[in-house]
Amino acid sequence: MTTPANASPPLNVDIKPPTLAVAVSAASVGSENQPEEIAIRAHGLNSWYGTVQALKGISLEIPKCRVTALIGPSGCGKSTFLRCMNRMNDPIPGARASGTLTLHGDDLLARTLDVVELRRRVGMVFQKPNPFTKSIYDNVAFGPRLHRSFRRTDLDELVENSLRAAALWDEVKDRLKSSALGLSGGQQQRLCIARAIAVGPEVLLMDEPCSALDPRSTASIEQLIRELETNYTIVIVTHNMQQAARVSDRTAFFFEGTLVECGSTDRIFTNPTNKQTEDYVSGRFG
Amino acid sequence: MHSLGAQAQSNTRRRSPGEIVAAAVPASQLRRRVVDRTFLALCIVFTGLAVVILGILLVTIWQDGHTRLSWQFLNSFASRRTEEAGVRAPMWGSIWACVICALAAVPIGVGTAIYLEEFSKRSRFRSFIQLNIANLAGVPSIVYGILGLTAFARAFGSASTDSPITIGQPESFFYLQLPFGHGVLAGGLTLMLVVLPIIIVSSQEALRSVPRSLRTASLALGGTQWQTTWNITLPASIPMIMTGAILAMSRAIGEAAPILVLGVPLFIRTTPINLMSDFTVLPLQIYNWAMRQQSGFHELAAAAIIVLLAVLLTLNAVAVIIRHRLQRAAS
Ligand SMILES: Nc1ncnc2c1ncn2[C@@H]1O[C@H](COP(=O)(O)OP(=O)(O)OP(=O)(O)O)[C@@H](O)[C@H]1O
Ligand SMILES: [Mg+2]
Repeated sequence: MTTPANASPPLNVDIKPPTLAVAVSAASVGSENQPEEIAIRAHGLNSWYGTVQALKGISLEIPKCRVTALIGPSGCGKSTFLRCMNRMNDPIPGARASGTLTLHGDDLLARTLDVVELRRRVGMVFQKPNPFTKSIYDNVAFGPRLHRSFRRTDLDELVENSLRAAALWDEVKDRLKSSALGLSGGQQQRLCIARAIAVGPEVLLMDEPCSALDPRSTASIEQLIRELETNYTIVIVTHNMQQAARVSDRTAFFFEGTLVECGSTDRIFTNPTNKQTEDYVSGRFG
Repeated sequence: MHSLGAQAQSNTRRRSPGEIVAAAVPASQLRRRVVDRTFLALCIVFTGLAVVILGILLVTIWQDGHTRLSWQFLNSFASRRTEEAGVRAPMWGSIWACVICALAAVPIGVGTAIYLEEFSKRSRFRSFIQLNIANLAGVPSIVYGILGLTAFARAFGSASTDSPITIGQPESFFYLQLPFGHGVLAGGLTLMLVVLPIIIVSSQEALRSVPRSLRTASLALGGTQWQTTWNITLPASIPMIMTGAILAMSRAIGEAAPILVLGVPLFIRTTPINLMSDFTVLPLQIYNWAMRQQSGFHELAAAAIIVLLAVLLTLNAVAVIIRHRLQRAAS
């Protein structure tokens, strides 16, 4: 595996590595003054796969330009909730949802909603890095090209900004035309983040983005998430309690399709009100 | 943690029975090895048999036909005098018919496969179609010949074959008549019927082999179903689709029965000039010569077989090369 060319991230993530160049995307600028502006609001959200109810009355508010972690045992509906937010459940036969789910007031469950437009506003990063079998450049340019045509120089700039924002630019700037499959797993995952950013979303959904990565790549992605927070509303699913504690501002604990507890990460990890939550975050669960 | 623990537990549970069996019963191990060896030996014997049969076939045909092979053989029309006869008409007829077949079958077949794999909802209707296509792939080609005769050559009897509706001059390239009669267009389209199920099924398999995660990635970026198919799924499956199409073509070029049923003239001294031209194909010419009494014609048949095999081999080689090239380009 190739070692990242820039400052090697230390394995102990508590020590901040030298700051990487952060390109401020024009897509959305976080406002520091109103920290608790709500981006996504779920109220009594239910979701079914056929006759199986995967979400039971979820009511949850996700603040803008903050990192929200979803934790909970396997099969409790974290991914389902995530996929409700960009309607990626739609292609699954028998999947449906009820209740209310809004993004800045727009109803995300509406039948008439333009899902293509929605997915531009709500990007997603998957558990396993899934770059296209195209060049690094074409991977990042893929999303923007879907939506409109670009002048060459504009597209070059957009690709560079996205790769910088994903902290990948320095490692790949000399090989933009080579295949994305030649990157290491961690680099591929950052490429997938760059690809999602390139479309200019407001929200980034991440479904266990580090579970297929080694500790070093995980550390670099975690740092990246912290940097992206200034511009993007991030919702991350993780099974790693330390990771949730490190990267998130707020944590929501799911259990068997219900939301058990939600609050600031500090409080959830140090002083949970619910016994189940306490057991889960301290690893005494089940 | 919780999940890790469960995994470790199931691991140990899975391992232990295997170890017990291996340690306790060496006799079963011996038997397994004997079965293993016997099976391997049988496989080698059967493979060898197939190779030997193919070898005998090739050698006898080569012995019969190679003296006839020459530029002149490729470049002359059929003739009553064996020393002058050649495969010019059937060779060009085969080329025309196959090109028409490919131009019609590949877009229709790939389009159908895309519809079935990427767009249609999982429904009874879809599984009904799917079952039928799978069955059609096994229908004898002569049946398609009859269908081609009815549909293309005679247009279901809707117009008289004797006085067809014509467009353009019969001597020019741009000439059409309805119904098509037994021209090369009817032949190519009949071959299309034969290979269509094969192309559909192989293209479906090709599309299915593209990882779902790539489609999901494109959809999550705001791509429509069509953009995803066009930009991601189709390019990734092109090598397999091409391989399937080329192999289907090599099936088409070897078909005699459906063309025979169309009622093409058996003795032709022209090459096609337009879609309505009379034509014959290599397998028909071979059949024709092989039926004759004189040994001279049998040599001609053998030589034509060599030409046909050479074409088939080339097509297959092209398929392999394309797959290799595109696979390397993809990774
Ligand atoms: N495509 C599907 N079809 C049918 N049922 C599904 C589907 N996807 C998920 N489910 C069911 O919905 C429930 C919630 O699944 P989900 O994937 O949201 O869990 P999760 O919390 O993401 O679990 P994990 O941590 O293992 O990823 C589970 O009971 C699961 O079996
Ligand atoms: Mg999940």
